[in-house]
Amino acid sequence: MKSRSLQTTIIFLVVGGILALALGGFFGTASNRFSSIFISIQTWIFTRYQGFQDLVTAPGDIVALRQENANLEAQVSQLQAQLIELQQRVNETEILAALVDFSRSNPESTYKAASVIGRDPSPFLHYIIINRGSNDDIQRGMPVVTNQGLVGRVDAVIADAARVQLITDPASGVNVYLQNADTDAVLYGSVTGDISLDLISQDVTVEPGDLILTSGLGGGYPADLVIGQVVTLRTLEFELFQQATVQPAVDFTRLEIVLVITNFRPVDISPLVPVSP
Amino acid sequence: MRNIIAFPLLGLAVIVQSSLVSEIHLLQGYADLPMLIIAAWALQERVDSAWHWAAVACLFVAFISSLPWIVFVVGYISIVYIARILQRRVWQAPLLAMFSVVFTGTLVMHILSFGVLTLLGTSFSFSDVATLITLPTLLLNMLFSIPVYTLMRDLSYWVYPAEVME
Repeated sequence: MKSRSLQTTIIFLVVGGILALALGGFFGTASNRFSSIFISIQTWIFTRYQGFQDLVTAPGDIVALRQENANLEAQVSQLQAQLIELQQRVNETEILAALVDFSRSNPESTYKAASVIGRDPSPFLHYIIINRGSNDDIQRGMPVVTNQGLVGRVDAVIADAARVQLITDPASGVNVYLQNADTDAVLYGSVTGDISLDLISQDVTVEPGDLILTSGLGGGYPADLVIGQVVTLRTLEFELFQQATVQPAVDFTRLEIVLVITNFRPVDISPLVPVSP
Repeated sequence: MRNIIAFPLLGLAVIVQSSLVSEIHLLQGYADLPMLIIAAWALQERVDSAWHWAAVACLFVAFISSLPWIVFVVGYISIVYIARILQRRVWQAPLLAMFSVVFTGTLVMHILSFGVLTLLGTSFSFSDVATLITLPTLLLNMLFSIPVYTLMRDLSYWVYPAEVME
């Protein structure tokens, strides 16, 4: 019994002594070699274990990642759709704000806003279709404007839609007034979408940049609606009248929202036109 | 009975024409979707209802357009007539027949539009119409004719299923 106790004490002393010597740095080379071998073995085992763990758990992760990726992609596309919608609303708001400014600055008329929902199927004609009709008190002949100027007039009406003849239509004719030259003329559309002035008296001087307004003659349109500016003038001595090309104030290729002037009733002057016998 | 699909299909075609196709323009011309549908339908071998489809197309297009309805009636019926003649003669090359019908049909429609509008007092420059409207429209109609023909061929198989021999 005494001998076993002595043996245990000796073992403890030897181990403690070796430990003390190792901590004191007396076994530097040996402990380094031992620790490097130990670390190498541990690294090898750990990497193999990690590989095995990846092998076992990876399929589940890929499925989860794919699902997460799909969810994120769906979220991105949803946000992109929201962004586009918001951008459209901003554009619409800007247009509507400009139209409200226009209607406030022209309080003599009452307006009804309408969205452009289509164009005439024939390329020979320049008509648009708007989403307001007789249910909104829209009637044939009512002028249509934007904050930039005159667009055209209502040509046909059904319950919830109306067809508007643009001033660029080849069959359109508008009596106009050239502000600087103080003279009247007639504005015609064309198949190309360009508008031009005709029946300008040879006696008057028209300059490029002159402002063109509706004259109100004939009763088809109210007076003083902006149409555009004179670009070039064509004067030939042997012709009775001068002609001019016009830059319209309205961009007819980008019509989205328009205003219908609802308190204007066109006057039919045909009974007053003398009939030749 | 399946021919009743002409109403929603042509109605949708006219809506798409007015709101979308007319915005995709080359110079001043754009494709004529209802005309392409009528032409492609009339060229299908099994189809015997092309005249009815033309009438439905006239109804829809004349309702929305300010062009006189006579233009569409005469134009679409002429196109069906031309297509039926060509379908019997050029049956081995359906796309060639489609191109021929679309080319002729576009010219017919534009000559009719030009003539009727001129008679009604609208002044046109013939060279402007030819270069800015007719030629671009021809090109766009040719481009659209291939997918439209394929779609209408598939539709004809659905409307007129092949008879099973016992």
